[in-house]
Amino acid sequence: MLKIKNLHKTFNPGTVNAKKALNGLNLTLNDGDFVTVIGGNGAGKSTMLNAICGVWRPDAGSIEIDGVDITGMPEYKRAKFFGRVFQDPMKGTAPDMEIAENLAIAARRGKKRKLIWGIAKGERTIYREKLRELDLGLEDRLSSKVGLLSGGQRQAVTLLMATLEEPKLLLLDEHTAALDPKTAAKVLEITEKIVTEKNLTTLMITHNMRDAIRYGNRLIMMHEGRIIVDVSGEEKKNLTVEYLLELFSKASGSEFSSDRAILA
Amino acid sequence: MGFLNAIPGAVAQGLIWGIMAIGVYISYRILDIADLTVDGSICTGACVCGVLITSGVPAWISIFVAFLAGAVTGIIAGLLNTAFGIPSILAGILTQLILYSVNLKILGGRSLLQIDSRKYSLILNQLSNVKSIIMAVAIITLLIIVLWLFFYTEVGLTLKSTGDNPHMSRAQGINVSFNKVLGLAISNGIVALSGALLAQYQGFADINMGRGAIVIGLAAIFIGLSVSLKIKPNFVVSLIGVVAGGVVYYLVYTFVIFLGLDTDLLKMLSAIIVALFLAVPYVKANYFKKYKHEPAAEEITEGGEANA
Repeated sequence: MLKIKNLHKTFNPGTVNAKKALNGLNLTLNDGDFVTVIGGNGAGKSTMLNAICGVWRPDAGSIEIDGVDITGMPEYKRAKFFGRVFQDPMKGTAPDMEIAENLAIAARRGKKRKLIWGIAKGERTIYREKLRELDLGLEDRLSSKVGLLSGGQRQAVTLLMATLEEPKLLLLDEHTAALDPKTAAKVLEITEKIVTEKNLTTLMITHNMRDAIRYGNRLIMMHEGRIIVDVSGEEKKNLTVEYLLELFSKASGSEFSSDRAILA
Repeated sequence: MGFLNAIPGAVAQGLIWGIMAIGVYISYRILDIADLTVDGSICTGACVCGVLITSGVPAWISIFVAFLAGAVTGIIAGLLNTAFGIPSILAGILTQLILYSVNLKILGGRSLLQIDSRKYSLILNQLSNVKSIIMAVAIITLLIIVLWLFFYTEVGLTLKSTGDNPHMSRAQGINVSFNKVLGLAISNGIVALSGALLAQYQGFADINMGRGAIVIGLAAIFIGLSVSLKIKPNFVVSLIGVVAGGVVYYLVYTFVIFLGLDTDLLKMLSAIIVALFLAVPYVKANYFKKYKHEPAAEEITEGGEANA
């Protein structure tokens, strides 16, 4: 469903700060894949996600989703294909607006917005039910400003917003990295529940190797702007952190280095 | 006695500037853009309306055309910002300067155009303050109702989210650039409408009448919101507060003139009021913050260098 072909991106080209972030990246996702992405600092994980979302245009290569070439499509137009959760909990929600308003905006992703009520009759009841399923006590706070919520609650609401209007592809960019361990575990649990229930094709970046192994049916490892390890099926199920590190040093010819990766 | 007699006039003018402040509220508070176009667009509204009325067009049609002219000025500023990447402050300054020449052209090269209230039928004028106040309140009521309805539509909600969080908005498929242009068009349309009413009220359109308008608008917003946000922080109460802020501003203005204050200093005083409202929260937060010894557990934005 997603086809990335030979993608290149260099930041600050022609300067001393030039950084090849993507270097001939190829990736094909199948319908229903739940892929976890790991890699060291500057491996190009977030850059890959930003390329898919269209934050900027790549220097070369192409991105296709369900046969549609979206390489040059503006970010807001291709948003109809994607549900996104950012690493920064502040980025995914509008803090000065009510929870219900945030959800209503998300429910209309990819649809033409008209001069009719922004929250239709009955919508609040639906949202209340969806919030109840999160089990964070948000079901009675539909009219609260999102800015009053904690980071974990905001990520959970963002996750709900990303999946309310079912996306073709769910993109999670280290969405639990900024949360405390307990909240992170809770948000991951919600993530898995939603992904499994809706059978969503998902790309999840994580810096936690255990999570990368535990979740999803496929794991890819990035290094210097391309994918160097791609395991799925039985092999993925039997992965261990030690074996992953071994795979990495074999494929890259270097030691795995990340000051944030959680190995154990 | 002099001050009491001046109150109706101050209220009428305050209400008209309150309309202007509603326009500024949309750019400054909702879109999060400090749009300096308004210094020019308020004058554009006055000039367009003045020229139309003095050439025999009915006043109601004239203020509508003034609104449209103001909307065009907002579109220009918005496109300079979004389509050509000019920072919004500079885009506003450039548009304001463009408008100075345009306004002179509209007035036919004169710097002042008389609108004689005895010759033309005006919506409001300073010879009849009671009528002016009633008309201003009616227009404000209509305006607030329309804006209230609009900002709760699907489109209106995306306008709010555009200013509140552009990242989230783009991720939800909202065309942030288009929304900024649309918001600035609405904002400057309303500002021009207030200019049109002001020209009728004072009986002339003047090429310099917009100088410092943004500051008066901001002063009205800060004065109004300092009270209305404490009563009930919702959209309608905020807008009513903003209009009330305009009225309070003009009452104070009239009062200090009555006290015999040097009128040369008035613009400086307006600027100081706005500076104080902006500075006080900052000073409080940065110089008088209670220091806690436990470090705050916040390490959110230290992601990969490429994803910033």
